[in-house]
Amino acid sequence: MSSLMTPPSDPPPVETQYLASPPTEDRGKATVPRPGSKMDIMATAQNRKATKPLETVPAGEQAIIRSERFSLYYGAKAGVKNITMDILPHMVTAIIGPSGCGKSTFLRSINRMNDLIPHVRAEGRLAVDGQDVYDKRTNLVNLRQQVGMVFQKPNPFPKSIFDNIAYGPRLQGVRNKGQLQHVVEQSLKAAAIWDEVKDDLKKSALALSGGQQQRLCIARALATRPRVLLMDEPCSALDPIATGRIEDLMEQLKTTYTIVIVTHNMQQAARVSERTAFFYMGELIEYDRTAKIFRNPGKKETEDYVTGRFG
Amino acid sequence: MDRDVTVALEPAAEASPRPLALTPGEDLLGFVGAYLGRALLLVVTCTSVLVVFLILVFVVLRSVPFLGGYDLTKFLASQDWRPTADDPSFGALTLIVGSIYVSVAALVFAVPVGILAAVFLSEIVSWKVRNVVKPVVEILAAIPSVAYGFFAILVLAPWLQEHFGFTTGTNALNAALILAVMALPTIISVGEDSISALGRELREASYSLGATRLETVVKVVIPAAHSGLIAAVVLGMMRAIGETMVVWMASGNATQIPHPWWDLSQSIRTMTATIAGEMGEAPDIGGVSHRSALFAVGVILLLMTVVLNVISEYFLSRAKKAAGKT
Repeated sequence: MSSLMTPPSDPPPVETQYLASPPTEDRGKATVPRPGSKMDIMATAQNRKATKPLETVPAGEQAIIRSERFSLYYGAKAGVKNITMDILPHMVTAIIGPSGCGKSTFLRSINRMNDLIPHVRAEGRLAVDGQDVYDKRTNLVNLRQQVGMVFQKPNPFPKSIFDNIAYGPRLQGVRNKGQLQHVVEQSLKAAAIWDEVKDDLKKSALALSGGQQQRLCIARALATRPRVLLMDEPCSALDPIATGRIEDLMEQLKTTYTIVIVTHNMQQAARVSERTAFFYMGELIEYDRTAKIFRNPGKKETEDYVTGRFG
Repeated sequence: MDRDVTVALEPAAEASPRPLALTPGEDLLGFVGAYLGRALLLVVTCTSVLVVFLILVFVVLRSVPFLGGYDLTKFLASQDWRPTADDPSFGALTLIVGSIYVSVAALVFAVPVGILAAVFLSEIVSWKVRNVVKPVVEILAAIPSVAYGFFAILVLAPWLQEHFGFTTGTNALNAALILAVMALPTIISVGEDSISALGRELREASYSLGATRLETVVKVVIPAAHSGLIAAVVLGMMRAIGETMVVWMASGNATQIPHPWWDLSQSIRTMTATIAGEMGEAPDIGGVSHRSALFAVGVILLLMTVVLNVISEYFLSRAKKAAGKT
């Protein structure tokens, strides 16, 4: 199990291969970090052609989400077993795997959306920013506002576009009309949908197209000013054009937010993510740089899956 | 895959396969069968529609002599209901007001309780508990109304008299309380259905934005289910306004409008109780008579329930649309 500890350790031969073909994941990374941020250290390491790879930085200091031997049970059945992985800030981390492998369960554990299902029991530790989210004293309201979520099917409220976005801020107690308008505009702009809806914010959100609804849901999640954005197969109900727009959007958003995305679509994982975790039968099989997972996976199961031999 | 399984499933090519074309006999049989089946089902369906239509026609026809020969304004606006006097007077206002009065009072009790119970069943308790409680609540609708009437007279009336010092226990409050209990299963059942139909997505959206359960229920669930909840209330009102036996037994049957208007301790009388109570003693003579006047009251009652029915259908279809969209 310890071999699954992350950030991933790259054995030397792999690293050379990784460098031989410039990985897509490095594009734009240099522009991301702000001076002095932890990202800065990492990017510098990468800019030096990663002679000393990521693990030189102590994982605990970097990770925004730390999972240590985390298991989640539905009654007696385990949804995920013994997951140990660190998710790093300001990146897109993709979780892939066949249906029923526990990837959504893990994602939904991070903001405790599994609480809605009866008889759920967690073991081990799953921490966001050092706070174990399954601790009894976790403030769920604050947790969910800091860890936003976008769902598989666009799920706007049957309210106006404005009220959809303002829902989160209003829960936080924002009543000032001007302030709300500002948040709504900023969120819609960040989700790249402002130009399409700015003239009819009073219109029902249900009148939008599926792709627009999904971007609206992203905007709605951004309006609570989260640090992490969990995306549970956000494009599975969308056509390729809408999917492309959401992927572009993720590219922009990762400079500000940490994104964890569950996806069935391996090309999508390869396109958008820096890190990829492969789940199978409720367990984390492999977690590494996306390029390595897809070009030179360390495990047989991973290779079979990403090459399409099963799943 | 095992090879022999594949072999076993190969089409029986050599044996003469069953013909793909119909023989003329089969064709005819199929045609006639389909035709007869359609005709039979049409007749059966039309029977029930026809019965409803005939009842409507019957009630309206029997009321025509009265509606044609009596002053309509007096009928609708006078409080003077003396059908058996030498100089009879048919002012139905007290009856109309009585029916509406007791139904609205019943809703005042039943709506908050019913909607909160619907929210509780669909949002708070586990699926298991809901599956036990909901059928039990629905049994309330199966209890014969005369049993409710007994309860009203023998239990509730003395209790009200004793604890509130009312002059009579059979009054508007008594009838309203019993009607509320009778309307509850409808409101809870239809309300719960419409809330449950919303699906998990909306609630997840709300929770994921940091809403508490109360906030989710008040700001998302109830607004999203409002069409179904309105339909539930209207259906409950229909139940209350059409109810006869309970109001006959529990309301005191005094032809008066409560004064002051909020005084539920006074006896009232409804349209339904009047028709049920007086029809047997009203002789069937032509023209403006006690009997035709009762039919006219029936027409008013019918109009009210039809209007309520249309309203509830409208909101139910809207609720269905809303549930389908989200």
